[in-house]
Amino acid sequence: MMNSNPRSRAQKRARPPNFFFLILGLAAVIIPIIAALMLYEIGNGSLSSIDAFGVSFLFSSDWIPNPPNGGPPILGALPSIYGSIVTTALALVLAVPVSLGVALFQSDLAPIKLRVPSMFMIEMLAAVPSVVYGLWALLVLVPFMRDYVNPQLKSSLGFLPLFTGPTTGLGMLTAGVILAIMIIPYGSAVMREVISAVPRSQREASIALGATNWEMIRTAVLPFARAGIIAAVVLAMGRAIGETMAVTMVIGNVARISPSLFLPAETIPSVIANEFTEVAGNDVYLSALFELALILFAIAFIMNLVGRVVINRLSFKVRGELPA
Amino acid sequence: MEACADTMMNMSNQTSKRNVRYVIIAIVIIVIIAGGLYYQTTLNMGNTSTTSMMTESSQVPVSLLGAGATFPAPLLQKWTVQYGQLNPSITISYNPIGSGGGIQQITQKTVDFGASDAPLNDNQLAAAPGLVLFPETLGGVAVTYNLVQFGIANTTILHFTGPVLAAIYAGNITKWNDPQIQALNPGIALPNNQIIVVHRSDGSGTTYAFTNYLSVVDSAWSSEVGYSTSVTWPVDKLATGVGSKGNAGVAGTVVNTPGAIGYVDVIYAVQNHLGVGGVQNAAGNFVAPNLQTILWAAANATGTPNPVDLRLHIVNASGAQSYPIATYTYILVYKDMSAQPNMSLDKAKALAKFLWWAIHDGQQYSTALIYVPLPQNVVAADEQLLMSLNYQGQPLVSQ
Amino acid sequence: MSFLLSHSRRRKAGNALYIILATACFFAALVPLISILYETIAHGAAALSLAFFTQVSPPIGGNGGGILNAIEGSLVMVGLASLIGVPIGVFAGAYLAEYPGKFGYYVRLLAEVLTGVPSIVTGIFIYELIVATQHRFSAFSGGVALGVMMVPIVAISTHESLKLVSSSIREGGLALGISRAKTLVYILLSSARSGVITGIALAVARVMGETAPLLFTALGSQLMMTNINDPASSLTLLIFDFGTSPYENAHALAWGAALTLLVIVLSLSIVVRLASRLKVSGTE
Repeated sequence: MMNSNPRSRAQKRARPPNFFFLILGLAAVIIPIIAALMLYEIGNGSLSSIDAFGVSFLFSSDWIPNPPNGGPPILGALPSIYGSIVTTALALVLAVPVSLGVALFQSDLAPIKLRVPSMFMIEMLAAVPSVVYGLWALLVLVPFMRDYVNPQLKSSLGFLPLFTGPTTGLGMLTAGVILAIMIIPYGSAVMREVISAVPRSQREASIALGATNWEMIRTAVLPFARAGIIAAVVLAMGRAIGETMAVTMVIGNVARISPSLFLPAETIPSVIANEFTEVAGNDVYLSALFELALILFAIAFIMNLVGRVVINRLSFKVRGELPA
Repeated sequence: MEACADTMMNMSNQTSKRNVRYVIIAIVIIVIIAGGLYYQTTLNMGNTSTTSMMTESSQVPVSLLGAGATFPAPLLQKWTVQYGQLNPSITISYNPIGSGGGIQQITQKTVDFGASDAPLNDNQLAAAPGLVLFPETLGGVAVTYNLVQFGIANTTILHFTGPVLAAIYAGNITKWNDPQIQALNPGIALPNNQIIVVHRSDGSGTTYAFTNYLSVVDSAWSSEVGYSTSVTWPVDKLATGVGSKGNAGVAGTVVNTPGAIGYVDVIYAVQNHLGVGGVQNAAGNFVAPNLQTILWAAANATGTPNPVDLRLHIVNASGAQSYPIATYTYILVYKDMSAQPNMSLDKAKALAKFLWWAIHDGQQYSTALIYVPLPQNVVAADEQLLMSLNYQGQPLVSQ
Repeated sequence: MSFLLSHSRRRKAGNALYIILATACFFAALVPLISILYETIAHGAAALSLAFFTQVSPPIGGNGGGILNAIEGSLVMVGLASLIGVPIGVFAGAYLAEYPGKFGYYVRLLAEVLTGVPSIVTGIFIYELIVATQHRFSAFSGGVALGVMMVPIVAISTHESLKLVSSSIREGGLALGISRAKTLVYILLSSARSGVITGIALAVARVMGETAPLLFTALGSQLMMTNINDPASSLTLLIFDFGTSPYENAHALAWGAALTLLVIVLSLSIVVRLASRLKVSGTE
């Protein structure tokens, strides 16, 4: 290796501090500095709220920034946490099977000539900006859900508390659908990388034994790829939880906890987006929004960390770029 | 050896790649230059008119930023455009982010002036020492609805009383053909559909005016919900509340949602061809908001404006044909503008000039947007306040 | 698990089902893409005109107008973001490639996690850091917010591109006596050039489409930005404001802006990726 080259070792010992190393190192160290600063600013901003509400903030469902008698605000994160969880769960229910199907199609089924175009098309989905998704969702998807899908769901599955109530098209169901559409490209890309990483020998062995395509996937590929697929799901979950614009435009913006998917609700990012500029000189209110941001940051951070660590362990065989 | 061949192959590939790169760079440079030239010409085209009238005597170019209520936003943005044409060296930008936003940002001194329909309460004034407010216009909050899909044209004026509206927004009345609503509208076939109740999701002076009205006419509302720039709407927990951002957002949701009801400044309802309701006033008559009925509300409001405290309440005014949900809307500035870190003497003078223009010449643009020009006594009180605006003691308005 | 059992019909059916479902999933995923492209092109193209590109956005409820201020804001802020994100990102990525070790591993992991941080959190962070301390909303703070987002993205793609350069090239450079810095700049980065540029282009496309970080930093504006310390609009902010407003004219402008944004972002993403794929397959 290079470092064992006697000349460079001697050079290293003899030379003064390495300018090159300093510049590069400085650039590299900026990354942890950004992360630390972010944590500091947001944590610092949350202090008043943590002081005022404590742990009950996470479990309280009242969001009254301006109580009628002019008292201190009574704020709780539960409605937004609930909305975030439900929309993300719905998005995963819809997106994970589809992502898996897309990944399998691209890596296993598509004829070689179609492989690149198919990846290209899914990457186009990934490149669409969030606010354009939101515009399309607001002006196209919402009327579609309101006029076609929701009435169908209501008439066939209306006995479930999930599908009760009036259907304006603005609510958790539509938000879940648009989230699912948005995380499919990301989830399927990670899954495809993971699936492609399964050694060919395994696949070939099962085919040699006479397995059909599906049996090969089921017995040789999926068990190997399982951890990676779960990691892909975790990463997609982290994405979905942090998605702001498209969700804010269709979720209806109401602090509500209800079982019905048709009803408007809110998510943590949508609350922050809607209310941040106008906390009206109210320190605790502003601080509560920071605390929400802190919760969001923590969730996204942990999910990404877990997902990435698992993928990294598996990816020593994978060449090339992981989807960023 | 292999490294050598690799490098040579790379280098010859790189030559052709490099050529392509140079071509791309050249194109980018040309585009940037063209864009820059374009920008120079359109900067003049875009912001000012080519025939500028009555240019004020030479002014240091300044740019001012205001933010706040969406209620008067159509008029405020009209003013910034008109004033910019009269005074090309002063560019004013107004961002409608809601009254709550206006109050917050002027308190934080991140904007040069704020705007709010909700008068600041004493706590908010205490948080922003030196902040003063004065009304620049007044308008009406319309109760708007969309029942076109159910056969009720938007030109039909439905009648509502205060208690009925309170019950709707509390989630106690849930269907359009509820007997209480039907009784007020005999002869109109109201549908048996759920009322989708639209309110604001952001801090709003329009909400303040609307809930103020509900509190005045309905004691249950007053004790359980009260009035403020953002309230906890009972209808959210019980039934079908939907929140939207800004007056424009509420109007948009009502436009797109059959069976919806909402409250917006009347111009938003009119421009979007939505139904506008007749609301029962203190005299018992059902009155729809228009220039005349809003003006009567202002005229009949109690008392003369107090120049020291220009907060005016005209909700549920007396008078046979007064519109009950009328409201003044306020501009928020610091009396001593040097308190603002980004305010220079030139900027302060420009702002004061703009505000003076707004309460005089600017009023001619109101009626087209269904805002009522300020009554003379209010203008006089505003003038007194504007003349007290100063920069470290130096008065800004020299009249 | 023997595949030689004679359940061949059931196995074939299972296999057929798998093929059908997976293919259906793929095409199902394409349906929203086709719809988005169709709707954006149909509505957006109708809004395009010379006035659209040369006028500023109209006031609330107004007619006509264009998106010039939004285009200007987007270009300026993304430009500023690139000035911050590209140098720091490329050098950080180079560090990761040149000094693989414990610190490098954790920095790389942190960068990957940072790319997943919701952009609204970045927006709040820069609000606290710059807007609140300077007491002004500005295009500058918007650009910094976008730049902060670009750094980890560019660092990771630079690292990946440099990793692909075969070590014999680096060793060749060092063996010739060229210093490490020069080896990096003249030899390694040249070889990795297409990958690095691809990464930068993708990062630019990504931040060009961001809205949330600009909500509390650049705030948005109806005017052309003449000073970087003033608020500015952007294509994304305009789409958000005008899309959620009720006015038909505003919707038309929003679609037009969405089409413009899509064209820019998709061209960056796709053309660059296509170009790099062709090059990769050509030189390997």
